[in-house]
Amino acid sequence: MKIHSNLAVSDSGFIFNPSNGDSFSTNVVGADIIRLLKLGKSLTDIKKDISVKYDVEPTVFEKDYEDFISQLQDHFLVNND
Amino acid sequence: MIKSAKRKITVAVTGLNAVDSPGPGVAVIRGIRDCEDFDVRIIGLSYESLEPGIYMEGIADKVYQIPYPAAGTETLLSRIEYIHAIEKIDVIIPNFDAELHNFIKISPLLKEFGIATFLPTNEQFESRDKVNLFKFGEKHGFLIPKDKTIYDLSELPAVAKDFGYPLVVKGKYYEATVAYTLEQAQKAFHKLNAKWGLPIIVQEFISGTEVNIAALGDGEGNTISAVPMRKLFITDKGKAWAGITLEEQSLIDLAEKFISATKWKGGFEIEIMRTQDGKPYIMEVNPRFPAWIYLTVGAGQNQPASLVKLALGEKVEPYTTYAVGKLFIRYAWDLITDVSEFQKISAFGEL
Repeated sequence: MKIHSNLAVSDSGFIFNPSNGDSFSTNVVGADIIRLLKLGKSLTDIKKDISVKYDVEPTVFEKDYEDFISQLQDHFLVNND
Repeated sequence: MIKSAKRKITVAVTGLNAVDSPGPGVAVIRGIRDCEDFDVRIIGLSYESLEPGIYMEGIADKVYQIPYPAAGTETLLSRIEYIHAIEKIDVIIPNFDAELHNFIKISPLLKEFGIATFLPTNEQFESRDKVNLFKFGEKHGFLIPKDKTIYDLSELPAVAKDFGYPLVVKGKYYEATVAYTLEQAQKAFHKLNAKWGLPIIVQEFISGTEVNIAALGDGEGNTISAVPMRKLFITDKGKAWAGITLEEQSLIDLAEKFISATKWKGGFEIEIMRTQDGKPYIMEVNPRFPAWIYLTVGAGQNQPASLVKLALGEKVEPYTTYAVGKLFIRYAWDLITDVSEFQKISAFGEL
């Protein structure tokens, strides 16, 4: 799975897809995940990073992460290459 | 005394109807005025007395009414000759589909007067006509929705049976309606026939995201500029009220392929429907700048000014970059003027 490299994400969580003009809002955790995905980080790295920063249980994070990725897929912001 | 080194030019522009379904004239003028290479005098050419661009501050320096396209080329030429005798026009930029045929026809005569244009040839103009677009796509390898040109209401049921519903019923020059039943299609046929005449084009409905490209070809197959935009807010007439520039190389490639295939001379707009699996169907090619052309200026590619330079025979280097994520948002504004102004343009055809 890869996130589109040209996706723009602001600090406030505003996402702009320059390929089709779609825009979305996410919270700061979502914005952090997208930034980490853009850096090419693995799920393990992202889980570690977010768990430290936001004091979240790994099992809770994994479930929320799956939901979030599913939403990104629904909006064509990631592909499965 | 300091003399301006800028070239003094006079440019005449049509399409001053900055209404809810706007002509491109005001946006074209703004682009030309933004260009620091010219010291420009703008002559507005209007058809009706209430075109807002006639009265807007800082748009046209002088406005003349010109005859409707139906009056023919001789009447048009005679009117332009009159205006040219006073204004010494360097370049004319027509901005309406319906007037382009006449302007293309008289462009060699305008050249003799010393007036430059930068228009497609008649062959180029006809090739992208709604009536010929499907064949054009087949010839050059573009995806175009299937269509059928009809001249009589009785032809509609058979076409509808072939395409299925929904389908799109389009006027010869402007407007399109999506019809979900035969009754809706018939109603659209009557409405479009009454407004724009025959033929009517019935087109296969393509579902997807609408994306438009404003582009400028140099007439030798080179792309001077191409800027893709997605409409963010659409009026009930299908016009963009807000839009945003996109970054999508496949759209630039499509515009370049079109220019290369046609050797398009001048500005134009490609209307594309991108399906969910990414296929770009060309819905229409408008043979002039779109009303949102000022967005290209805001994004860093001044297409109207580049067209003026090309018309004047100057070498224009192709643009290579533009700002992605630039938005335009149109707005309504009540302009206050005096009846004396309205009286001048109505009675004398000049303001």
